[in-house]
Amino acid sequence: MSGAAAGARTLACRLLAHRTVLLIALFAAALAAAWAAGSGHGAALVARTALLALAAASLSFLIGQAGLVSFGHAAPLGIGAYCVLILGEYEVRNILVVLPAAFAAGAAFAAITGLVALRTRGIYFIMITLAFAQMMFYVAASLSAFGGDDGMAIAGRSTFFGDRILRTDTQIAVWAVALLAAGLVLLERISASRFGLMLRTGRENEAKLEALGLDPFRHRLIALALASGIAGVAGAMLANQVDYVSPSLMNWHISGELIVMVVLGGAARISGAVIGAIVVVALDEALAPFTAHWKLGLGLVIVAAVLLRGADIGALIGRPAKAPDHG
Amino acid sequence: MSSALVISQLLNGLQLGVILFLVAAGLTLVFGVMDFINLAHGVQYMLGAYLVATLVAWTGHFGLGLLLGLAAALALGFAMEFLVFRHLTRRDHLDQVLGTFGVILVVTEAVRMIFGPAPLALPTPAVFSGSIALFEGFNYPTWRLVILAVGLGVALLLWYLVNRTRMGMLVRAGSTHPATVSALGVDIDRLFLCVFAFGAMLAGLAGAMAGPLVSVEPTMGDRIVIIAFVVVVVGGTGSIKGAFVAAMLIGMVDTLGRAFVPDLLRAFLGRSAAATAGPALSSMLIYLLMAAVLSVRPSGLFGRRAS
Repeated sequence: MSGAAAGARTLACRLLAHRTVLLIALFAAALAAAWAAGSGHGAALVARTALLALAAASLSFLIGQAGLVSFGHAAPLGIGAYCVLILGEYEVRNILVVLPAAFAAGAAFAAITGLVALRTRGIYFIMITLAFAQMMFYVAASLSAFGGDDGMAIAGRSTFFGDRILRTDTQIAVWAVALLAAGLVLLERISASRFGLMLRTGRENEAKLEALGLDPFRHRLIALALASGIAGVAGAMLANQVDYVSPSLMNWHISGELIVMVVLGGAARISGAVIGAIVVVALDEALAPFTAHWKLGLGLVIVAAVLLRGADIGALIGRPAKAPDHG
Repeated sequence: MSSALVISQLLNGLQLGVILFLVAAGLTLVFGVMDFINLAHGVQYMLGAYLVATLVAWTGHFGLGLLLGLAAALALGFAMEFLVFRHLTRRDHLDQVLGTFGVILVVTEAVRMIFGPAPLALPTPAVFSGSIALFEGFNYPTWRLVILAVGLGVALLLWYLVNRTRMGMLVRAGSTHPATVSALGVDIDRLFLCVFAFGAMLAGLAGAMAGPLVSVEPTMGDRIVIIAFVVVVVGGTGSIKGAFVAAMLIGMVDTLGRAFVPDLLRAFLGRSAAATAGPALSSMLIYLLMAAVLSVRPSGLFGRRAS
């Protein structure tokens, strides 16, 4: 009996110490509040934040764990969205087909471009991922059968064997939060595993890994494909939410904003990206009503954060700053 | 396809090449000297076009407006280096990406607030507004030839500056052995300041030259700067020669690809398949070229340092 109580207490402590669980609970609470208030806008906001957080978390896995600063993460996001559009035009709308297809397409894109991009380091890697993402942007813009430059509305939201499970904003938000939770758990479990350790070792000291006879290239390629697949899933859900797909989802500004989310929230922990996503969406919501030029505010926040070195909001929350010593 | 069409597309390719070279030259030197990634270089291109367009309208004279605009672009380059970029040079690449991305958002939005989202008109100077008959039955716009001449002139000037002056010697040395140059007593931060501001002016010049051909709008730098990244990567960072060769190569491949790939595909595929695949393939060409170059030479055609 006391053993069970102690077990429950340690479990509770572990849960509280676990920022990921808290964040998911926060999303669930926000969703419940939106549902109770009957606010469609609130639920849509929760869904959008959760999906962007999922994409940012997958990028955080690349930047924070593998040390791969990809400036092209909007590409798999957009590819996932185009999966919904293109499959929908061929009457394929089952979510059990659409989401795996979005994952596979995002992962395949990353695996193919990664074969070239991962041969390089540093600035080169950043620019090459950016260039490949831009390539996909122009390819999408040239698909005249699927809306070309302007994009087009999807034929219909994804279903579960014909059952319209994504009909309302609340339903989409439930799926988005569930996918975010699943994605975070998956990425954190992988980061904690031997595979994650190898990625971090490769980031810190590549020679060490090679001396052990391990090939960082293969690990990085798998990490890149996995993260891009998850971004593809997030993109597919975003397409369902707004009922519309256009090349602008692959605009390089989206890649930049995902990096902003990762770094603002702190790249050391994957859950940091979730905090970053919440901050960016909150900035958007707070500034957009006042001015059409809210990006100016976002830009100023970013520049100030980088210059002041206080960029890591996650660290501020996780580790309270030392109280000033007045002695 | 007639020979006149081929020649005019070749000239268009060269002209895109020199514009790309003007943008990439500053980028590659800044990469070389400071290992610094400046995403906001496209902003300098856009600002150059806006400054020149405004000053031309204000003075009523293209040459005068261009000179004043370039001086203003140079001054802005100094100011931006002083305010933001010098604080980022010794940070890791992630901070540089983030900081310069923030600069893009701020400047693009500020320009949109000041000038509005509608494109600004930058008229071709009257002297160069017509077209010239290069040979019997073949006319080519004069302004495009002017761009070509200016671009090649600047390339020559840069070659002279980099290879024949003391400053250029320092830039060359700094791009391969920055630590050694610094140890020899050269103020590498001041070198960076000069290279950065000069690069900003060159990008501004490119924007001003391209202004009459494209629309002068807040996001005009976005497209060009990513192609300029491709140029820098293909040419090898820090190499002016590499930037020139790669810029010409990519200008040609992009222009000729867009002009002729759909027709070529039509010969092999059906008409409808070619109509779908043609534009997609031609917009992928330069990235495929980049991938091909990098898989053979991971540090670019003329890259000296291992990446």
